[in-house]
Amino acid sequence: MNAIIVSALLGVIMMFVSWGTTSSKLQRSIGLFGMLVLIVANLAQLDHWWAIEFDTKGMLVFSQMGLYANTILYVITFIYLWINGDEIGKVGDHSADYYAIFFFILCGVSLLTSFNNLLMLFIGIEILSIPLYILTGADKKNLFSNEASIKYFLMGSFSTGILLLGIAFIYGATGTFTLTAPVINPMTKMPVEHFLMSAGLLLLFVSMNFKVSAAPFHFWTPDVYDGAPTVFTPFMATVVKAAGFIAFIKIFEVQRVALGQGTWMIILPLVIVSTLLVGNVTAVFQRSVKRMLAYSSIAQAGFMLFALYGESVFNKEAILLYIVAYSLATIGVFAVLIKMKDYSIESFNGLAKSNPALAFLTTLFLFSLAGIPLTAGFFAKYYMLNALFTAGAGLWLLITAVVFAAISVYYYFKLIQAMYFAEGEPAIHPIDKPYELKLWIIAIILLVLGVFPALLFNYISI
Amino acid sequence: MFLLLFLLIPITAAILLFAIKKETAGNSIAIGASLLTLLAAFVIIINKTDNFDAVWLSSINSRFLLQADGLAKILVLLTAISFPAIFIATGKNQLNNRNIFLGLMLLTQAGLMGVFLAGDALLFYFFWELALIPVYFLCSIWGGEKRVAITFKFFIYTFLGSLFMLIGIILVYTNTPDHSFLIGSFKNAILTNGQQLAAFALFFTAFAIKMPIFPLHTWQPDAYEQSPTAVTMVLSAVMVKMGLYGVIRWLLPLFPAASLSHANFVICLSIIGVLYASFIAIRQDDVKRLIAYSSIAHIGLMSAALFTFKSIGVQGVMIQLFSHGINVLGLWIIADIIEQQAGTRSMKALGGLAKKQPTLAILLVGFAFANIALPLTNAFVGEFLMFNAIFQFSPWMAAFAGVSVVLAAIYTLNMVQKIAYGEVSAAINTMPAPNKNAQGVLIVLLVIVFITGVYPQLLFNISADTLQQLFYK
Repeated sequence: MNAIIVSALLGVIMMFVSWGTTSSKLQRSIGLFGMLVLIVANLAQLDHWWAIEFDTKGMLVFSQMGLYANTILYVITFIYLWINGDEIGKVGDHSADYYAIFFFILCGVSLLTSFNNLLMLFIGIEILSIPLYILTGADKKNLFSNEASIKYFLMGSFSTGILLLGIAFIYGATGTFTLTAPVINPMTKMPVEHFLMSAGLLLLFVSMNFKVSAAPFHFWTPDVYDGAPTVFTPFMATVVKAAGFIAFIKIFEVQRVALGQGTWMIILPLVIVSTLLVGNVTAVFQRSVKRMLAYSSIAQAGFMLFALYGESVFNKEAILLYIVAYSLATIGVFAVLIKMKDYSIESFNGLAKSNPALAFLTTLFLFSLAGIPLTAGFFAKYYMLNALFTAGAGLWLLITAVVFAAISVYYYFKLIQAMYFAEGEPAIHPIDKPYELKLWIIAIILLVLGVFPALLFNYISI
Repeated sequence: MFLLLFLLIPITAAILLFAIKKETAGNSIAIGASLLTLLAAFVIIINKTDNFDAVWLSSINSRFLLQADGLAKILVLLTAISFPAIFIATGKNQLNNRNIFLGLMLLTQAGLMGVFLAGDALLFYFFWELALIPVYFLCSIWGGEKRVAITFKFFIYTFLGSLFMLIGIILVYTNTPDHSFLIGSFKNAILTNGQQLAAFALFFTAFAIKMPIFPLHTWQPDAYEQSPTAVTMVLSAVMVKMGLYGVIRWLLPLFPAASLSHANFVICLSIIGVLYASFIAIRQDDVKRLIAYSSIAHIGLMSAALFTFKSIGVQGVMIQLFSHGINVLGLWIIADIIEQQAGTRSMKALGGLAKKQPTLAILLVGFAFANIALPLTNAFVGEFLMFNAIFQFSPWMAAFAGVSVVLAAIYTLNMVQKIAYGEVSAAINTMPAPNKNAQGVLIVLLVIVFITGVYPQLLFNISADTLQQLFYK
């Protein structure tokens, strides 16, 4: 409960900060400080040290996994804000408003990691989504940004509608909004199948796929990620998507049985394979790095969907590690991209000569995204494949996964080739030492997790 | 603890090299570090060494286990000899950012040592990939004209192969009784026939790409040709051995039934590869490509001998792993000297080397004999044992494989004839004074060729325990 209340309060406070001060530096510092407060408040509950508690009638349940996911997502947000603070200040005149929006989004995130009731899920998704529409359109004099925002809003509302319909069906079937274990028929030992329930869950499945940008519900993703101000794209592609996954897993680790095991084993692989296919193959043909990263985020979502395959502890470890590895690497790559004057792949030509440290860092981030050993991305993929196999997936699915992982190497390495093996003068904004240092910190985290991934789980038993 | 040196020395030296700018100092650091590694290699061959064992990933029960049995020792020795030889022989070649180049080479060495010493499947996979990354940069930055595309093809090929192996590792790991990656537990894994077959196929793909076995060999000649020669030396003298090593260390002991039932298939593919590569080698005019195809042929023969499941065959391969490395290294160094000094690799433009640089010509003839596996040279022992095994397996296969000996004689002697004899060509005439360093290295290598050829017992002694484990346990 700490996280929900503190993040909401911080959001309100940030809204009034621009009233008190117009200095964007000060607003940024207050925002970062607020983030720290939020992290500490959440840790306090995680460590059973201090927690605001009142009776939610079982609508919210604060599990260790949920609180730990909160911590991870908050820390990632903190790193994101810490790196991109300057750039956020450049987007508009009132950067405090953006920080307010971030806190509201994090409030939605906290709901999504703790809901035990479909209404809370709905509210969480709405609290998360509406600020995102605003962020996407933040560059209000840019037509692309506007277009992306409208597109996102329309598609997002549509998918929320589907979600609501699904919830209504489930309510019709069970008479409750609470996520309870499906009724088991004592004779057959199989869950009782209920048409309304299955239909409702299917609609929920579609809507959640939309939120995590899985194919064939991914069409909004490239346009929105591309159109949104570059500084906000990594946040949408990482923290928001990760929260979507946590909620997705929370719903279906219990309810997949009610959907009927047969149906689940058809629709899930179908979505996974089509997501991997669309994401990876389309990314190969992109000329713009930003768009390529948008498709790569679809492709990575395909890999994260594997976590839905089973319900063991492996799946949870895998998704958490994957979220960390993918998010940090994506934030890192975008932090480099935002300093480029032009987003085409050619604009990276010769970066290794003019700016060797930056090129090296970008290479590390791309290695992590591609899953090369010594970076966190490798173990993220390894844990995921292991979880998938333990959950009893067929060998064909694993082979499909690695074939697509090899394809992803193709487009990630195109950027490395441009930086190291092509001649050119990259047009790049000046980068100061502290900025580079922040990127080094991300790189070091990725490398440490790339050798000792278990550090992430030593802290807690999920 | 001692085995850790094989990783620490090269990595430390590499970090030093990345930090300093001065090129003369860089050269001495690289040579010094690689000689130190060589010394360490001699120590582990003479003394019995303890394993290095530490907890790595406790949650999935993977250990950082380094162990050196006979097979590992032979390959560690080969790696340890190759790198100083390469550094000294190619020390005069012009390169931009030489220190970075040397640093990446040493990282490759660390990766290779890790592959040969790892006693834990996940660790093995880790090093398997790590050895590849520096090579990717070495070839793409310092290679020939088409380097970027060719190296990328090489990279994707091997990367995909190793990902298959990763699935294989997960498959076996899940079925081990104690959920561990140690090679001992992998051997105890309880697999159904179908699982064993799948795991065999997955591991085999990775190794087959690396060796390479026909028809997965297409990356190799291009990669050898386009890489800077120092890297080509690493690739063909040491790196292709990773595939064969993988077969002996992991494939045969882990999946004996599946390996045995597919032996015919693999041997057939290998021998097709041998003949195919030999015929192409005959038609080559480029010295580098000729050696590349000749190398494919030799490796194919080794893979055929491995799958005969005869102890003499495996014994022959273990000797040949070392011998082939030394021989091909010698040939590459000669090719590199000729390319650097005469400015061409085309045999049409070469000729009369014996008149211009008699020492080099004699060395060329020496290594050519080793390449054909004449008696007294090291390759003779290995090939004799290997043919013996193939013959026991199937005389027909041996007949086809035997043709490759004749073919090897044709293309190798043809090369010697065109380069060393005849009229002194214009290109050869422009060659400056002999490169003393490189010739010194060549002489040392040639001495190794003849010592191990006349008294192969040295190598038999080292590899005896691996053979014991494989066949007589």
